[in-house]
Parts: sequence; C-alpha cells; structure tokens
Amino acid sequence: MPNKDNQVLQDTTKAINATILRAKLLDTIMTGVFYVVALFFLVLLIVFATYIIVKGFMDFDISMMAFDHRGIGNQLFNTVYLVILALLISVPLGLLSGIYMAEYAKPGRVTKIIRISIETLSSLPSIVVGLFGYLVFIVMTGSQWNLFAGALAVSILSLPIISTTTEDALKSLPDGYKKGSYGMGATKWQTIRMVLLPACIPQIMTGIILAAGRAFGEAAALMFTAGMSTDINWNSTNLFSSTHPLNPFRPGETLALQIWASRTEAIAENSTQIANLCAAILMIMVFTFSISARYISQHINKKMIGDNK
Amino acid sequence: MQDNSRVIRQDISWKIIISLGGFFMIALTFALGFFLFYRGIGTFTTYDHSVFEFLFSSTWAPADSHDGGGKVGAAIFIFGSISTCLLALLISLPFSIGVAIFMTEISPGFGRKIIQPIVEIFVGIPSVVYGWLGLTVLVPVIKDVFDTQYGFSVLAASLVLAIMIFPTITSVSADAIRSVPKNFRQAAFGLGSTRWQVIYKIVLPAAKNGILTGVILGLARAFGEALAVAMVIGKTKVFPVSILSPTTNLTSAIAADMGGAMDGGEYNIALWTMALLLFFISLGCIFLIHYISESDGENI
Amino acid sequence: MREYIGDVMGESNVHSLDTSTAVHSIQDKFIVDKLDLYYGTFKALKEISMNIKESEVTALIGPSGCGKSTFLKTLNRMNDLDSTVRIEGSVLLDNKNIFTEIDVINLRQWVGMVFQQPNPFPKSIYDNIAYGPRVQGITKKAELDIIVERSLRQAAIWDEAKDRLHKSALGMSGGQQQRLCIARTLATKPDVILMDEPTSALDPISTLKIEELVLELKKDYTIVIVTHNMQQASRISDKTAFFLLGDLIEYNTTEEIFTNPKNPKTEEYITGRFG
Repeated sequence: MPNKDNQVLQDTTKAINATILRAKLLDTIMTGVFYVVALFFLVLLIVFATYIIVKGFMDFDISMMAFDHRGIGNQLFNTVYLVILALLISVPLGLLSGIYMAEYAKPGRVTKIIRISIETLSSLPSIVVGLFGYLVFIVMTGSQWNLFAGALAVSILSLPIISTTTEDALKSLPDGYKKGSYGMGATKWQTIRMVLLPACIPQIMTGIILAAGRAFGEAAALMFTAGMSTDINWNSTNLFSSTHPLNPFRPGETLALQIWASRTEAIAENSTQIANLCAAILMIMVFTFSISARYISQHINKKMIGDNK
Repeated sequence: MQDNSRVIRQDISWKIIISLGGFFMIALTFALGFFLFYRGIGTFTTYDHSVFEFLFSSTWAPADSHDGGGKVGAAIFIFGSISTCLLALLISLPFSIGVAIFMTEISPGFGRKIIQPIVEIFVGIPSVVYGWLGLTVLVPVIKDVFDTQYGFSVLAASLVLAIMIFPTITSVSADAIRSVPKNFRQAAFGLGSTRWQVIYKIVLPAAKNGILTGVILGLARAFGEALAVAMVIGKTKVFPVSILSPTTNLTSAIAADMGGAMDGGEYNIALWTMALLLFFISLGCIFLIHYISESDGENI
Repeated sequence: MREYIGDVMGESNVHSLDTSTAVHSIQDKFIVDKLDLYYGTFKALKEISMNIKESEVTALIGPSGCGKSTFLKTLNRMNDLDSTVRIEGSVLLDNKNIFTEIDVINLRQWVGMVFQQPNPFPKSIYDNIAYGPRVQGITKKAELDIIVERSLRQAAIWDEAKDRLHKSALGMSGGQQQRLCIARTLATKPDVILMDEPTSALDPISTLKIEELVLELKKDYTIVIVTHNMQQASRISDKTAFFLLGDLIEYNTTEEIFTNPKNPKTEEYITGRFG
C-alpha cells in the first residue's frame, strides 16, 4: 500500500465514487435505451405486417384473384414464371463465378477486378439495371416488352448474391475435406463436384432463396423490360403466340409492378384494392422466403453436428 | 491409363468453363459500364451541353427529339437525391447502431433469435411495398400532422429510405462490432468500466471502420432506390423550401419519364446521363469501402 | 464505498513504516471460504478456502484446466461476464464480501488484472494508460499527465514510451505491450494486481523484465499470479498454491512447497512427473 496522505486519498475516493455512481446510472439508462430501440423495430415489423395483410384482404373478393384483366392471377403467374426463368439463368452463372473465386482465383490484379465487378453489380441501383436491360434486350434486339428480357435484367441483380454465397460457403469448409479428396488422387474438379459442392448445398440453397425473394419483389428493373401489361389467353395452344402463358417472349407484368402501376397511373376503380392485395401477397411471400431460408440454414447446423458424432 | 487421361481432360475443361464464369462477371460489369457511358455521354457530345450545366443548372427542359436545343440542368434532381439520402441517414444511423449494439453487446441471445431475423425480413420487403406503405400511411399522416397540401415531401421520402437502409447499416455494423477482439472488452471490464463505457469508449471506436462501411453501403442503397421514393416524394421539379415540401430526385425522374421519352432523343439521353451519374455514385461507394478497409489498422 | 479502504490505509501505513518487525501482523487481503464454482453443471472449483496476504506475491500453479485461472478471475469477478457461471461460498476483500458488499465496478478498479495475451486498446500509449483514470472521472490534462508518467515509470517502461506517447500502442513489441498493460492497470490505483500467465506469450528476456517488475511492485501491491512455469513461481512468489482438477491440493510458503511438499501429488507435479 503506497504511503499517501489520507485526507487526499479520501477526497479522491469521494470524487471517484460520485463518478462511478454517475457512470452506473448512465449505463442503466443506455441499456434501457437499447432495449427500447430494439423492441421498437420488433413492434414496427409486427405492425407493418399486420397492417399490410389485413388491409390487403379487407376488401378481398375472389374475382380479384381471377386470371384475367380484372384480377391479379396473371400477374402472380408472371411473377413466379419470371423468378424461375431468372434463376435458371443466374444460378449456373453464379455457381461458376462463386466456384472460380473460391477455388481457382489466384491473388492478383485480375481477381481484384472480378471482386470489384461483383461488388459493383451487387450495389447497382435496380433502375440502372432496368435501363441497361431496356437498351440491350429490348431496343437493340428490336423486340417488344417481354418476360425473358425481364428475367435477364433480374438475373443481373441475383447473380452477385448467388456468387457470393457460393464463394463464402466453399471458403468456410474445413481444409480437411479438400486434403482428404486430393489424398485419394482425385482431380480438382472431382473434388469440387463430389466433395465440396455437396457439402455446401444448404448454404447455396439459402442464397438462392434470398435471390428468389429479391427477384419476387423487384419492380424497377422490370418497368422497361418485362413491361407493364399482360395479356394471357389460357386456352392458347400455340407456344409461339404472344398470348400463350408459357411463351417467355410476351409482355409480363408482375405483382410488384402492379402495385406501382395501380398506385401511380391506374384508372380502374378498384386499383387501390388491387395494389393492397398485391402488397399483402408480397409480404406473405417475404415471410415464406425468409422462414424457409432460416429453416434450411438451421438444418445445416443440425446436419453438421450429426456428422461430427 | 486411358481412363486417367479422360479424367484429366475433364478437369481441364471444367477449369476453363469455371474460369469463364468468373470472367463473365468482369464482362458483364464492363458491358454495363460501357453502355451507360456510351449513352450517358451523349448529353455532352451529341447535344453539346456542359458538365457544369448538367450538375449545377436547375433549368430542366430537354427536348424530346433528336434536334436537341433544350436545357438539361439536373441540379434539382441531384439536390433531391442528396438531401433525402442525407436526411435518411441522419434518421436511420442512431437507430441502426442502437440495434447493432443491442444484438451484439446487450442481449446476444435475444438478438440472434429475434432481432437478427427481423432485420433480415426488413431487407426482404420489396421496395414497392415500402413505397405502398409510405403512400397509404406516411403521406396522409404527414399531411394531417403538419397540415400541408399533399403530404408528399422530402420528409416522407427520407423516412421511407431510413427504414430501407436500416437493415444494411445494422447488419454490417453488427458484424464489425462482433469482430472487435474479446480481449479489448476484457481489459476494459478489468479496469472497472461499466458496459456502456466499454461500448462507447472501446468497442465503437474499434469498430468505426466497419460501421463506416455499413453507412456507405446504406447510402449507396438510398441513392439507387427508385420506386419507393418516387411514390412519396411528389415528383415536383422545384427545390424544396423545407423538409415538408415536395421535390424530385434522379431515380424518380428516370422511373417516371424514361418510358415516354423518344429513344435517342435529348430527353432520353439526359435521363441516361442521370443513370450514369448513379452508376458513378455506386462505383465511388465501392472504391471508398475498399479504401477504408485497406487503411484499416494504419491510422489508429 | 471506498471509505473503509481509507481506514485500512491508516493501519497499513503503520505496517509499512516498520515492515521489518511486523512480519507476523501482515493483513489478510483476501479471505476465500468454501468457494464452489460451476460452469453450467460442471464443477470447476471445489470448496476452495485460502487466505491471501497483503504485499506478498502469491503464485497459483497446476496443470492446465485445473481451475487456477478460473479462481483468479473470481477474485475480481471477471467470471461474471460468462452467464453460465454460478458461484457459491464467499470471498472477502479487506473483510468485505466481494459478491454482496462491494460493487463490481469498484472491485475491478481496486483489483486490477493483467491478461495472458497483452491486450492494449487500439489507441495511443497515452490514451491506454489514461483510460482507467478517465473512466473514474479524472479529466484534467495536467492530472492525467502525472498519472500516465507515474504509471509508466512504475511499470519500468517510461524510458521506452516517453518519446512515443501519442503513437499507437499496437506498434510496441509483445513484452513492451505487456508492461504497458501493467502500467494501465496501475493507473487505476489498485490495491491488488491479478496476473493470468502474464509471460506465457513472451520471449525469455521480456519475461525476465516482467519478473523483475513483479518483485518491484510487491512493495506496494498485493499480487496474485497464475503461472505454468514452476521456475517462475519459485523465483518471484512468497506463497504458492497448487491446484488440481478444481481442488486446492496444497498451499504454503513457496520455499516449503518446492523443497518439502506435504502432498505426493504436489511433489509429482513440481518434479515434472505430470502436467
């Protein structure tokens, strides 16, 4: 114990105690503030979701789901079809570039350019992608608005998501997987195809679901590519007819676009109700996608623990 | 032996295919950049306007024809984008960092089980749904509370953007806070700090570069957001006199006018120049983030 | 809360005036009584009872996983940061129960800790040292300057640090960082310094410097040090406690423990037959 003047020490002691009391009070207050902020967003989400879904189905009438110009059945079909087309394009490409970045890329200038490219793609405003799609897939090919052009534009937005999740998934695998496979004389491609990719399927699935969720709600990239109208003849038997449901080269308005159109330029008397219903359906889809992505990623954890036993 | 060579050939062909997949990303990005540049530069080359006019003049009257001769001052749109984004950031930042701190330092268990999924759902909500909410709830409320004519306003746009960028800033900041080494916290607790002192004096300063990255990513998202903002900003081509007055921004202009403008005309090309500007902004954000992460650890 | 320390100070001043003759009346700094500690359901410490004397160096030794570090962290309640930890029994610091009668923030300011890995904050040397005093509410530059210099001198690192006070502490060598961390602890004016294997990450020369520092500091502070290095324990400590699987096997003067251990397990460990 240092030899110090008792009086001085006691004075400092009192000052320090006062500071500690203040510090502890502030600590309690701030803890309260953080709880309030976090709970605010919890409540906000519940309020949003309830409001959107209740309002969407308040004036619900089965005719609003009809597969003709009065309902949004066609828009729902277009949305699903467009998402599937977009995934068919972006999943293989995203997988390839993700595998390249994780397994083949050597540190250096080229790899850095690819990384910056992927980051640029993932932060591009979707309206800019829409413009690019309009120019390249519509104007330059001389075609009318069509679903396929929309799917291509949406693919540009989902590519970086799938590429990065694939890369992260591959990089997070234990080193032993690769060594074990090489040790048995497998080639790099065999190792990737038979050991590495199967081991990260759940993570890649999660990435694909997130990308699909984004594609589902995308609107800005589709305004000038997929177009804002839809005309489907469900009895059409000619795949090349511009009204056949499965012809991707026809205009195909989606749910998200319908909200935009109904709330900004529509004239139909129930357009507000239609927009409300579209919002409610999109909100339900958001929850479905989010819950299934979460379920799959939890499933991996269980599987991994199981493997360790 | 024959079988072996087949396997090796296969290995090489897949290496080529996969590498092509990687290089495709460069090709795509460059194609995007090229077409944006090729089109957007037209305002300055084909129609002979100055960059200064585009950025700083507020007279917006491009001709919808190939003849040109109109005015392409985009200052109102640029100012609209900047003001809504900065206001959105100002509103969003304290909440975002608060939630990030809550889910990492205050209650990691509750944070991981409840708050993390909530943040992810906020990311997943499509921008038109945010716009729809803004239009059906926020705009009428602002109209009533502040007694304005329409309710469409800078404030409405900023609030919608604030909610949209909150998940980005929160999740990037939370990652940055989590990666602050545990032993900093231990040392600070060991010296008799309260939790708030540890957070405020040690954890936040150590995570500041990561938080800054989140802020930039959030800003990039805000600048590029089109439809949600277009639905609530009012699309009025005047400078806003207060946060309660309507104005317009870059993305709203593109979304609203591109469909009607004649392809290759002065109007159309001026909108492309706006898109080019947005592209440069998001490119700038990416480089800024790289610069921050490279300077990480140097200037403490 | 700290008034009583002032009272104790009064008494200890008496001791320090004539330490040479008052060896037998050295106070108990800590009185640990039947301390049990659980991680969830795992019992990591079993009925530990020991008294730790003021102004002595007490070494805790034992094979890894024996509970010595856990015990050390209990003394300034760093274990509180782990929510699975449950503690029974009592620890008295200057006759006050650290779990019930002393606030944890005060406790950690009086019972400082130096960790296994040097852990300076990513701040300047000056700000590292000034952190503790600032947390205690000292804001005057002149006062902080005095504390920073005194702490660095006490930790025998002033000469190496004085010309770079405002440069990052992360630029120092591992040994310097560890002495900086000791200086940082000293700046909060603790009574006790806990050290958790402070030299295990350092080279032999830095280790020697820290050991010299410990011998210097024990004049003014009570020091409890965990070490896996038996030579180190014998060089610097007055008392040694041997832990094994959560039990305190033997606790005695260092000389007795190393020359004449009572328990065969202690003998096996110090002669290097296991651990």
